[in-house]
This record gives sequence, C-alpha cells and structure tokens, in this order.
Amino acid sequence: MVTNVTNFSRSGLFDWMAQRVSAVVLAAYFIFLLGYLVVHPGLNYAQWAGFFSGNLMRIFSLLALVAVSVHAWVGMWTISTDYLTPMALGKYATVVRFLFQAACGIAMFAFFVWGVQILWGI
Amino acid sequence: MGGGRYTVLFPTTLLCVPGPSSVKEAVKSQRPVNLDLRTIKLPITAYTSILHRVSGVILFIGIAVLLFALDTSLASEEGFARVKMYLSSPLVKLIVWGLLSALLYHLVAGVRHLIMDTGHGETLEGGKQGSKIVLIVSAVLILLTGVWVW
Repeated sequence: MVTNVTNFSRSGLFDWMAQRVSAVVLAAYFIFLLGYLVVHPGLNYAQWAGFFSGNLMRIFSLLALVAVSVHAWVGMWTISTDYLTPMALGKYATVVRFLFQAACGIAMFAFFVWGVQILWGI
Repeated sequence: MGGGRYTVLFPTTLLCVPGPSSVKEAVKSQRPVNLDLRTIKLPITAYTSILHRVSGVILFIGIAVLLFALDTSLASEEGFARVKMYLSSPLVKLIVWGLLSALLYHLVAGVRHLIMDTGHGETLEGGKQGSKIVLIVSAVLILLTGVWVW
C-alpha cells in the first residue's frame, strides 16, 4: 500500500529548498515587523493602517503569507510522518495521519484566505 | 523544521542497522525504521530539535491569534483601540510573550539550520556547541522581549 504520497512534490530535496526559502522570507518579514513596532511605541491607527496599505508592504505581506503556508505545510507534514506512525498508533496510523494532514492543509488555506481579506480590506 | 529528515545530528529515522534478529529483514530491504524515542536517552541536540518542532506547532496555532489581532486592529479605529486595550491585560501580555518566545526560538534555531546547511557545525561536537548557542541566544532574546512586552 502506498502511504507516503502527501508531501508537496514527491521530492524531499524540493521540500527542503522550499522550507529554507520560505524561512528566509518569514525571518525578514517578522524582523521588519518587530523592528517597526519597537521603533513606534506610541503607534496610532492612522499610522498602522497606512503602514499595511502601502503597495510594497502589501506585496511583502502577501509573500509572507505564501511563505508561511509553504513552511507550515512542510513542517506539519514532517512532524506528522515522524510521530503519527504505525509504531505509535498501530494499524490506524495512515488514516489518522491523512486526516491530520488534511486538517492542517485546510487550516492553512483558511489562514491564507483570511490574511488576503485582511490585507485587501484596509 | 529541525531534526527528522534533514539533519544527521538528530534523525528520528535511521537506516536499519542489522542486529542478530533483524539480519534477514535488513538483507531483504534497507528501509528506514523509526526509532522509539521513549526508549533512548536524548542528547542536548535532541532537545533543541524537539523544541524547534514544538515552537513550530505553537506558531502554527498562533497564526490564528496573530491574524485575529491584525484583522481587528486594521478594521477600524475602535478595533485598534480594542487591541491596545487587550494588550494591557496581563493574560494577553503572557500569550503574546509566549508566541514571541516561540517565534524567537524558532528563528534562532532556524538560522542555525541555515548555517549548518553551509557545512558549519555539523560534527558531533559542533552540533552540541551549536545547540548550546541556540539556547543561550534565544534565552537572551526572550528575556529582552519580555521586558519590551511589559
């Protein structure tokens, strides 16, 4: 029975690369965001909304959303294939793992759509 | 995400090492087998790897919290004021600090992975050293963030 088809690309190397590239994007985004918050202690709504509605920031935020989707998928997939195994769960392992991965994928897709709505709703 | 598939320091899957009873199976197939983590003593590299995974899962769940805060704060002037009010409560401060701690640890451990990808710190000693540095650097950053949040 084939039980290992749910990674992104059927290529561990591609997943590895996607994880690294998305990690660098996310690191840049969150350091930028945290830096902004640290240097603007008395932030008001107009500044905050203005900051996120700029075109460059929208592109950066959307890029981070794509990156977090890829990164979270690779990570949750890795964890589920390592721990939700027949050794831990017996004969239901494949079903449990598939449902867990499906739930992660759906949650991540919902987060993505929600994020797009936030960015384009300002 | 650390450990598991991509690092030699703390693999949770290893190529089957033929023992007396498993020689026959090993000859038949060199498939990876899962180690039972509950039966082996874990080195420091294992703890930093597992923390990397735990912090990743916390962040995955935390995305919902962060998106909720972003949504509310950007939706309107009142929403922004409401998020500011939430952030003055000690419980919310604790949650935010927890999420930022997971983020900082995950970030520092992730940077270590990128450094290791370039071939540095891949030996057994280097791995232990790297794990210690990750724990120290992230602890300092987490403390500083705690000061900032409060």
